[in-house]
Amino acid sequence: MIHNNGLVKSEQFRNYRYVGDPINAVRIFNEKEVDELALIDISATKEKRAPNVARIKEIAGEAFMPLSYGGGITDIRQVADILTAGVEKVIINKAIYARPGLLTEIAKNFGSQSAVASIDVKKNWLGKYRVFIDNGTRAIQEDVVAYAKKCEQAGAGEVLLNSIDRDGTFQGYDSELIEKVSTQLSIPVIACGGAAGMDDFRNAVLAGKASAVAAGSFFVFQRPHKAVLISYPSQKELEEKFYSVV
Amino acid sequence: MIAILDFGVGNLASIHNMLKKIGVPSVITTDPEVARKAEKLILPGVGNFDYCMQKFTSSGLVDTVEDVVLNQKKPILGICVGCQMMMEESEEGVNKGLGWIKGKVARFKPELASEGIKVPHMNWTDITARPGVKLYDKIEYPRFYFVHSYHLVCDEESEVSATSFYGYSFAASVEKQNIYGVQFHPEKSHKYGMQLLRNFYML
Repeated sequence: MIHNNGLVKSEQFRNYRYVGDPINAVRIFNEKEVDELALIDISATKEKRAPNVARIKEIAGEAFMPLSYGGGITDIRQVADILTAGVEKVIINKAIYARPGLLTEIAKNFGSQSAVASIDVKKNWLGKYRVFIDNGTRAIQEDVVAYAKKCEQAGAGEVLLNSIDRDGTFQGYDSELIEKVSTQLSIPVIACGGAAGMDDFRNAVLAGKASAVAAGSFFVFQRPHKAVLISYPSQKELEEKFYSVV
Repeated sequence: MIAILDFGVGNLASIHNMLKKIGVPSVITTDPEVARKAEKLILPGVGNFDYCMQKFTSSGLVDTVEDVVLNQKKPILGICVGCQMMMEESEEGVNKGLGWIKGKVARFKPELASEGIKVPHMNWTDITARPGVKLYDKIEYPRFYFVHSYHLVCDEESEVSATSFYGYSFAASVEKQNIYGVQFHPEKSHKYGMQLLRNFYML
């Protein structure tokens, strides 16, 4: 996640800690043979900034794996520029709500496979899952599953499901949430928020029925003191403890 | 020196940076003279077949490249649509391809698939290389990142240097003397792509 040009990581969508320079991080992830990288500019929408295509192109040039970009996308022309810059998919969050029709436009012009719908979820005081926008500060009075289904119908190729409650907590994914959504959609759901280890990855897929898993803190902080250390499991470890058992 | 042909299509920076990372000198160029002097060439391509063919034919590079490749026999590596352009034609468009390799480019057909497939094929996928293909030297479990709706269909089975599977078996790469083409993106396939490019350079 990029905030003021620096890479940051949050806890429950707050307490953003500086992790490093995005380009350096990308280079390290290259070394670690990461499968796919999602680059999200979390301040773009808040600051009403358009995506910085030149910067995205620079980062894309350094990435030796597929890349997705999200943050401040409001217009199809931005999407065209971003995809041309060497990015495989765009991630849409606020615009799903604020600009209905954009997802459909992206699917029509570039194909659903380029459109990822990012949905941030928090439990309300009644214990119900609600969709939030604006970095988790504004609740939309809509049921998560209904919202996710609308995204699918609109043309999203994948859903990136973020648990705000679990974000940065290392408490494991919210499999209940993941399962609720995954079982109602025919497009892949990527689980995000709370991963602390391989067990969590397995859990998200086996119990949560996620098609894929994403993690942030798990790859950038070293516990117990959360020192900044960029890491990633080896292909062998992933094969033995995750891929072969799901 | 490897010349990465720039005819206005594709993300060339990733290819250039990956080559830089493995210590292989390369240059992105629109200049036929630079292409002529290079030891080897890379033909990139992303997007629509007709669009790529049009951009290439109007780039001023075609004559030099064909001379270097077909007459001087210098190695060339086509990537993704760059590889598709080397065939005779594509179901995706109406323009003729370069015709360096006999065969065509066909759309993935879900109705022929053994299980449900979504088009495009956009994923990390294992490939099976024909034994002895130098491009895949030292790659123990070859897997690469693919993004495509169309795949090669070669007339000559012997020119298919590796296959992959997506609903059904399809050509992942081709090789005919000094002409090489890969359907996948080495520049998006980190260590696998790096070894493949290293192997290409060492040919």
